[in-house]
Amino acid sequence: VYRASSSMFLCKLCSPYWKQCINDSPISAHQPPPAKYGGRHTVTLIPGDGIGPELLNHVRELFRFCCVPVDFEVVTVDSSVVSEDEINNAVTAIRRNGVALKGNIETNHNLPPSHKSRNNLLRTSLDLYANVMHCQTLPGVQTRHKDIDIIIIRENTEGEYSSLEHENVPGVVESLKIITRVNSLRIAEYAFKLAREKGRRRVTAVHKANIMKLGDGLFLQCCKEVAAGYPDIAFDNMIVDNTTMQLVSKPQQFDVMVMPNLYGNVVSNVCAGLVGGPGLVPGANYGKNYAVFETATRNTGKSIANKNVANPTATLLASCLMLDHLGLVDYASMIRKAIFKTLSETRLHTADIGGLATTSEVVQSIMREVQKTGPLTSEYI
Amino acid sequence: MAGNAWRSTVSRVMGAVKSQTQPRTFSRGMQTVTIIPGDGIGPEISSAVIKIFEAAKVPIQWEERNVTAIKGPGGKWMIPPEAKESMDKSKIGLKGPLKTPIAAGHPSMNLLLRKTFDLYANVRPCVSIEGYKTPYTDVDLVTIRENTEGEYSGIEHVIVDGVVQSIKLITEDASRRIAEYAFEYARNNQRASVTAVHKANIMRMSDGLFLRKCREVAENFKDVKFTEMYLDTVCLNMVQDPTKFDVLVMPNLYGDILSDLCAGLIGGLGVTPSGNIGANGVAIFESVHGTAPDIAGKDMANPTALLLSAVMMLRHMGLHGHAKKIETACFDTIRDKKVWSRAVQYTALKKNPVSESVTLILLFIGICLSKFNVV
Repeated sequence: VYRASSSMFLCKLCSPYWKQCINDSPISAHQPPPAKYGGRHTVTLIPGDGIGPELLNHVRELFRFCCVPVDFEVVTVDSSVVSEDEINNAVTAIRRNGVALKGNIETNHNLPPSHKSRNNLLRTSLDLYANVMHCQTLPGVQTRHKDIDIIIIRENTEGEYSSLEHENVPGVVESLKIITRVNSLRIAEYAFKLAREKGRRRVTAVHKANIMKLGDGLFLQCCKEVAAGYPDIAFDNMIVDNTTMQLVSKPQQFDVMVMPNLYGNVVSNVCAGLVGGPGLVPGANYGKNYAVFETATRNTGKSIANKNVANPTATLLASCLMLDHLGLVDYASMIRKAIFKTLSETRLHTADIGGLATTSEVVQSIMREVQKTGPLTSEYI
Repeated sequence: MAGNAWRSTVSRVMGAVKSQTQPRTFSRGMQTVTIIPGDGIGPEISSAVIKIFEAAKVPIQWEERNVTAIKGPGGKWMIPPEAKESMDKSKIGLKGPLKTPIAAGHPSMNLLLRKTFDLYANVRPCVSIEGYKTPYTDVDLVTIRENTEGEYSGIEHVIVDGVVQSIKLITEDASRRIAEYAFEYARNNQRASVTAVHKANIMRMSDGLFLRKCREVAENFKDVKFTEMYLDTVCLNMVQDPTKFDVLVMPNLYGDILSDLCAGLIGGLGVTPSGNIGANGVAIFESVHGTAPDIAGKDMANPTALLLSAVMMLRHMGLHGHAKKIETACFDTIRDKKVWSRAVQYTALKKNPVSESVTLILLFIGICLSKFNVV
């Protein structure tokens, strides 16, 4: 109740942005890229591997059905190709359009280190420094823990993912983990701003500063400095191993969490597992000028590709986050409502959440819901 | 008698040379174990374990030692020489919680012990405890963590003001050693599979080296199934269905996080046993919870973690019969709601064991002892 009333108060204060305040959109200072060509947005679409292409096709189908004014510019990135031209083309396309929706691109870790992870290249080239994931218990999904509502903000560009490795002596490999003051301050600032916007009361920094005294110590210090400027939001910190232990026993104690790259990987996967699995949670990567939306746990789902059994919820919710980002808030809430309505029906659960429904059944049901409640749609089904 | 002592010494040496987990054979003699009570509630829970072992007539002679760091010749911090001698002789240790010193000038005792005895493998079997309910049932897995290098090498530099570099070190030797230990453990304990946990898609060279060594060692252990899995996939699947996992082997940081995650699944650090295996056949078993200074000396502490670690120690020594007896008694006690109710809830959520108005520890021992009278 407190959360709702505080956000309504903020909404009254900043009335031009009130629509953005009451939904899942990023920081209110953001300006969506201007819609060109007859009021329609162009968004880069990167199908990726595994279940990516089929689920993103469903997104396009749904958008066409709902008459969403978004056109997709498809850029394929083949994970087996060694040259980096394709991923560079994708980056150029995203620079042009400002927004992208993507599936995960597989990385073959048996290739030599010169072949870098395509997803990582995309994130670092576009400087998408904040990965935001909102995990909440969804109605209709059976889980061991109830009442989870955690926002995880993960630094997305440095830390352990700097890909700086060398072998000075044969048989001894060094991998560098880089933590900088600038990026730590930036992600902490983002976390607190987001917490304030959403009316959240506490931010927890996750670290391992008792062992990595300089690296994580710097990160923690930056978070403390930023916290001083937000006296209305409580700030505490927790060591990452204790965090995972607390997450599996009492996840309800967490509100907003901010952390460096690797711990973010672990914690976001744990939280996604707690609320029902990788098929339910959308993720967003925000930079100063660009935004890329994908599923939170970034799985390729090779084993279930093209079998019509994948759960489309995460990808569809990611597309709703994208619509919020573009300012098409009404379309986003219409689709989101339909998704949640479908999710609450057990007979429409896919295999990963314990049901027997196929992907197309779920998407059809969502379209029927939209038709029942929404404006005129393109086909009558 | 000299002949027996010689035989047991030779078998100990041979055991150390061959593999660390082969069951040891003892003739009539008692095996000496170095016990390090530790700080806070350490002394109480250690004496509880000793009493329980006496009641179960386990052929163990305890040698108590203190490991508070002292400054040796040359100004280097080290553990007291008596403690080192005792450990080197007995090769098996049982350790209670040690206080982490703040501003004492010396590094943590755990780190010193690790360096002194080259404790390269940290083994944590996580088995769901019947009678203590958590949202996860049927957990039965073992995490084996490389304990000497990786992200915890402690090598950090400030490159320029505001940019810090932390070095993660992965070496061929350490990776091979931990992989060999993991497969031997799986074989000796009849475990079906070993999974290597890594992040080689991002850290191609370092985790790639670790993976390569695991693959090489797997070639020599065809009876054990070997799989590889990304760290994030393991975390995701672990919280949804922990029964999918058996033995997990991984570098230092992932091991730290995953072993605590698994401990959380079964009820927390207050009920999780842990063992550290070192080179030269040394093995130190410990409880991993805190020292709980607020309840120290009040006869209120929960000795389960140390007791289960001691049971793990018995299995390592080959005394399987005694291990089973004590473990069954411990689980029966836990199932007894009278003793267990408030105790474990608190233990599970915090790192420190509990405060309880009944003298928990005596009740615990009493029930354990009564079980032995029946047997």
